[in-house]
Amino acid sequence: MNGAKTSPLMRAYLVLFLSYLFLPLVIMGAATFNDSRFPTVTPWVAFTTKWFDALFADGKMWDALVSSLMIGAGVVLLAVPTGIAAALVLQSVHKKARTLLYGVMVSPLLTPGVIIGISTLIFWRERFGVGGGPLLTVIAQASFISGYVMLMIAARLERFDRTLEEAALDLGATQGKVFRRITLPYLAPSLIAAAFLAFLQSFENYNTTMFVRGTDTTLTVYIASKVRTGVTPAVNALGLILIGLTILGAVVYELRRRKTSPV
Amino acid sequence: MSALFRRHGWPLGLVMLLIVAFWIVVQVVLPQLLMIDFSFRPNLLPDEMGGPKDVLTLTNYETLWANSVHFGIFVKTIVASAAVTLLTLVVCYPIAFHLAYELKGPKAARLMLVLVIPFWINEILRTFAWYIVLAYAGPLNAVLVAVGILDEPMRFLDGNGGVMVGMVYAYLLFMVFPLYNAIESLDVAQVEAARDLGATWARIHRRVVIPHAKPGIATGCIMVFMLAAGSYAVPALLGSPNSRWFTEIIYNWFFEGGNWNQGAAYAFILLLLCVGFIFAMMKTFRVSLGELTR
Repeated sequence: MNGAKTSPLMRAYLVLFLSYLFLPLVIMGAATFNDSRFPTVTPWVAFTTKWFDALFADGKMWDALVSSLMIGAGVVLLAVPTGIAAALVLQSVHKKARTLLYGVMVSPLLTPGVIIGISTLIFWRERFGVGGGPLLTVIAQASFISGYVMLMIAARLERFDRTLEEAALDLGATQGKVFRRITLPYLAPSLIAAAFLAFLQSFENYNTTMFVRGTDTTLTVYIASKVRTGVTPAVNALGLILIGLTILGAVVYELRRRKTSPV
Repeated sequence: MSALFRRHGWPLGLVMLLIVAFWIVVQVVLPQLLMIDFSFRPNLLPDEMGGPKDVLTLTNYETLWANSVHFGIFVKTIVASAAVTLLTLVVCYPIAFHLAYELKGPKAARLMLVLVIPFWINEILRTFAWYIVLAYAGPLNAVLVAVGILDEPMRFLDGNGGVMVGMVYAYLLFMVFPLYNAIESLDVAQVEAARDLGATWARIHRRVVIPHAKPGIATGCIMVFMLAAGSYAVPALLGSPNSRWFTEIIYNWFFEGGNWNQGAAYAFILLLLCVGFIFAMMKTFRVSLGELTR
């Protein structure tokens, strides 16, 4: 049911708003194909695809990509089990403890990313002598990404029929088997979604990573450093590829989500 | 706690407890506490640590008061973040109202899907897109000069304006969603009743829609303010030395000044600012923490 008619003013505003959202991205994409030393569309010099070649020939970009992929995998491996355990532990503690525990678990989501990076850096250097690098980046990123995973798993657990577990136990299954054969398969769709989101969060993280990366350069850090020091349209080519992949991932994610959740 | 072991058995239950303990204690709580402790200690050489000079002190906090440049940037960051928050609210409110009240249902879901697309994209790339748009020789200047609004190109990337536009763009969705959720539950009959009783359009919004959307406004403002005040990426890309952000000062203490204690104090001040903002919003809009994370 429609609540009200859309006025022409609202229509105009909507057009303006959508242009605001998408025009910058279109311009960035278009600048990839401009044969100009600096990424721009004004003036338009000539059409070229040479910036893709320049990008693929850039060894540092490939190193940064590998670093991002490894850190992303590390974050998924750490944050997903943490999120599952956290959601299950949260379900089995008493109400008062639950409120407090929940508060602590979501607090990293409400903390500025730079502060998570700083506190992780200080803690690991002072207590364990571990300096900035890929390991610390994984630990720092996972400390807040685990919170997102926990929320996603907890949302699905809420609709879980616990009697399934009890029936299996009554029929003689061990608790380990119940977890493997009933709880985990039930959680599977949100696990995949959570893993995907965790990876994306890690991949695009900048604020936290800046403090804990040491001399390691992730792809996001690489892009930012390029923009600050001598940017060429090769960065646009990289951006265009990443945007393509991200939208593809988002569409797959959305389709999966719609298939698995009846709402 | 025993429920956990009853449900999953002790080996699995123990593993879960250990994982959660590692997260909560080692990844979240202890680092924060150590950062705070660190901020109250002087910057010492390694062999001075634990010695007579290793005492609790407020020196690191006094630096912010004493250093007028840093203090100015701190105040600027607060004011600019508040402005970004207000601007985002103003820009998003009509869209959220349109989505939640005028469209509703599948049409709203479709438009929402379109709105979400840019936010799947890396924040650095979205900011970089604005870097191109706002550049001195960029398309915005070209258009403004061509239409005659400007006589000559402006240096958008030299001041706080570019940073703020980039931030509004980067954090829009964190405002649209909470607003949408809040307005969606508004009863159409309430608005209709107000209209039948002769209320003007502006009055309906002021007296019916906005009061109803309060929890959404509070949530959206908290998210955007925190993201803006804590942003490092946007000012780093769209700013210049003339428009430094507080996070950049913090970064410099760590990696250029080499004074981590001083940096920790500044970081803690930033954290207190954000926590303070949350409580201020909760009090102003009279919403509870439960309503915020809903």
